[in-house]
Amino acid sequence: MTLVQPPDPTVPVDLGEPILDLLAGFIVQLRSAGLPVSLTENLDAMEAVKHVPLSERDTFKYALASTLVKHHNHWKAFETVFEVYFSLRGPEYDIVDESELPDLDDDEHGEPESGDRAGAGAGDSLTPEELQEMLYRALMRGDQPMMRGVARQAVKRYAGMEPGRPVGGTYYLYRTLRNLDLDGVLERLLQQEQDTDDDPPSDFEERLLRDEYQERIDKFQKEIEAEIRRRLVADRGIEAMAKTLRKPLPEDVDFMHASREEMASLRKAIYPLTRKLASRLSRKRRHGRKGPLDFRSTVRHSLSYGGVPVEPKFRNPRPHKPEIFVIADISGSVAAFARFTLHLVYAISGQFSKVRSFVFIDGLDEVTPYFEGVEDINEAVHRVNTEADVVWVDGHSDYGHALGVFWEKYGNEIGPRTSIMILGDARNNYHASESWIIKEMADKARNIHWLNPEPRSYWDTGDSIVGDYAQYCDGSYEVRNLRQLEAFVDKLV
Amino acid sequence: MSFTFADVAAVKNDLARVDYLSDEAIAGVVFLAERLQKPILVEGPAGTGKTQLAKSVAEMTGSRLIRLQCYEGLDEAKALYEWNYKKQLLRIQTERADDHDWAEVSDDIFSDEFLLTRPLLEAISADDPVVLLIDEVDRVEVETEALLLEILSDYQVSIPELGTIVAKQIPMVFLTSNNTRELSEALKRRCLYLHIDYPDMEREKEIVLTKVPDITENLADQIARVVRSIRSIELKKSPSVSETIDWARTLMLLGVSKIDEKVATDTISVLLKYQSDIKKASKELSTADGLSA
Repeated sequence: MTLVQPPDPTVPVDLGEPILDLLAGFIVQLRSAGLPVSLTENLDAMEAVKHVPLSERDTFKYALASTLVKHHNHWKAFETVFEVYFSLRGPEYDIVDESELPDLDDDEHGEPESGDRAGAGAGDSLTPEELQEMLYRALMRGDQPMMRGVARQAVKRYAGMEPGRPVGGTYYLYRTLRNLDLDGVLERLLQQEQDTDDDPPSDFEERLLRDEYQERIDKFQKEIEAEIRRRLVADRGIEAMAKTLRKPLPEDVDFMHASREEMASLRKAIYPLTRKLASRLSRKRRHGRKGPLDFRSTVRHSLSYGGVPVEPKFRNPRPHKPEIFVIADISGSVAAFARFTLHLVYAISGQFSKVRSFVFIDGLDEVTPYFEGVEDINEAVHRVNTEADVVWVDGHSDYGHALGVFWEKYGNEIGPRTSIMILGDARNNYHASESWIIKEMADKARNIHWLNPEPRSYWDTGDSIVGDYAQYCDGSYEVRNLRQLEAFVDKLV
Repeated sequence: MSFTFADVAAVKNDLARVDYLSDEAIAGVVFLAERLQKPILVEGPAGTGKTQLAKSVAEMTGSRLIRLQCYEGLDEAKALYEWNYKKQLLRIQTERADDHDWAEVSDDIFSDEFLLTRPLLEAISADDPVVLLIDEVDRVEVETEALLLEILSDYQVSIPELGTIVAKQIPMVFLTSNNTRELSEALKRRCLYLHIDYPDMEREKEIVLTKVPDITENLADQIARVVRSIRSIELKKSPSVSETIDWARTLMLLGVSKIDEKVATDTISVLLKYQSDIKKASKELSTADGLSA
């Protein structure tokens, strides 16, 4: 087994036993990132590394992953920790001068097939325009080593990284990307394609091309991220970095503060989640307990035993299917939360006899029809956000007024079989609370739950009046992430 | 102890030999499973070659494939073993005529002869090399999963009347799951985990080239590109690898050499199976900037 001596003297890697220490440290990092790693899995990993050399990085990574990560959603978290933890332990991770940056002259003389790119260290002397030009060429050809070279140079130049500066990686990433103008490059690549071709590409072809370039740009962005990470680790050490780069697992992502990327991963996560939930619920129903004693049938059967009720008979359980009213605040801050909840509720609507949904900001509108006969829940949710008539005066949340409208228009339709879910942070902008409506609703309905996407410690601070409403509800819940949402829906049904 | 594979690259080559194009992750896990003698739990979207992996490994190593298809309601009698009740009865009746001792008879009727082996027991007791495939393990109830635990961790089956049957040789075990429910921790802990996702464009192109005879490289490349674009759209069900191959075959039959918008929208029903998906994809593919970009 060949190991590369790391440049950092504080992390000794010798041959033999220390690999196990290294692994133990890695597992500690994984656990603190929230991955559940059991003792057996730990032992398996230790067994696994005996068979796979550390020098084959990818294989080593997959070997560790297969023993330690048992859930696909956790893969990303694992990868980040792996990259950080083992980043100083690979040959390509020495911080060297940009000698691997290809020479620009090389390209300007038009030798696209030039294999050896290890030109002189000309990277630092490039003008920004030249760097931009190199990026464009690298992307056009999908030239991986050149992309890496440009990424390194760009980070060095634009990120403005200073040793010891307590700033997270996202900040540097933002700074670097802002200077590179990747969108502009994409447009230029597409434009160039149109110019060179004799007949202009159809929309269809253009779409394919765009996807191709987009993928290359994504790859380039990953290179930049890797470079930033590499430099940060070199600066601050592994343990500190693992902490700052740690990202929450998809089921723990906070609805209210999710980044665009996290939103995408949430959207992906919600579909399998609903499928799982639906199959679990229907299974539960089938295997549910027996119904109440069927007196008539018991007596009837007792006749064959001379009137002794030997065999008690039970009624078939009547599946209890509640009617659900979802009343959701869709104003800016909590819109994402409402979207996911609506999605989830409709995905398992088979579990309810009827689902009706209402959305509000300061006015209120029923959106049930948007979901009727629609195959694609996403689209319905999108329509809710764009078409529903929810603004009354100024488009700032007014729970009091919205509830008033609800009570007036739909209050009569609440029956003893109705479960009501109200979604919102109850930040009422200091309007009147009208909490008596909740009390009236609670009296008529089977139960009423308040789901709040804010952490419990923020409740009733500032203009939040959730306590006012919650006193009349059967329960109020903090639902900040998919895990909590799933738990709540499970309980509701 | 001798191993079949020298290193990961060997696994990859051998798999390619039987027309299964693997990647680092797949080959790595198969290699490791053989070294550590652990089962592999394969998860991933439908139609990415999970079951095929087990078949290919069987073919590659020249082993017999024993398959247990899981379904709701699967029980011990169908998965592990069953006593051949009728034969036992017959035996008792013939013994009775000869006036035998009861103890002797009862010893006799619970012996190998009256045992019907089901896939799991068969895999354990086989003399020749076998690959055991437990397909769609997520379909059985959580309680039934427990059936598998003993065999997965110790490669043995305990039969109360007979004792414990220990594997003569350790079979390769694959479990596949479509992820319709969370498998229990106990099961996951005993397995190596492998997630097979849709292949990247290069690999998909290679797959099309190996699986569809006589296809030109140019067409395979276009197919892979279009499929990648379709997968980037948010759909109910993204096209699987097998659907890509079907599409490639369709295009071959139609004699298409260049995919344009018309061809794509005409034949898209091979790739997508939901009407709403078809509509959405046709619409998106004909707009240049694409919503997902």
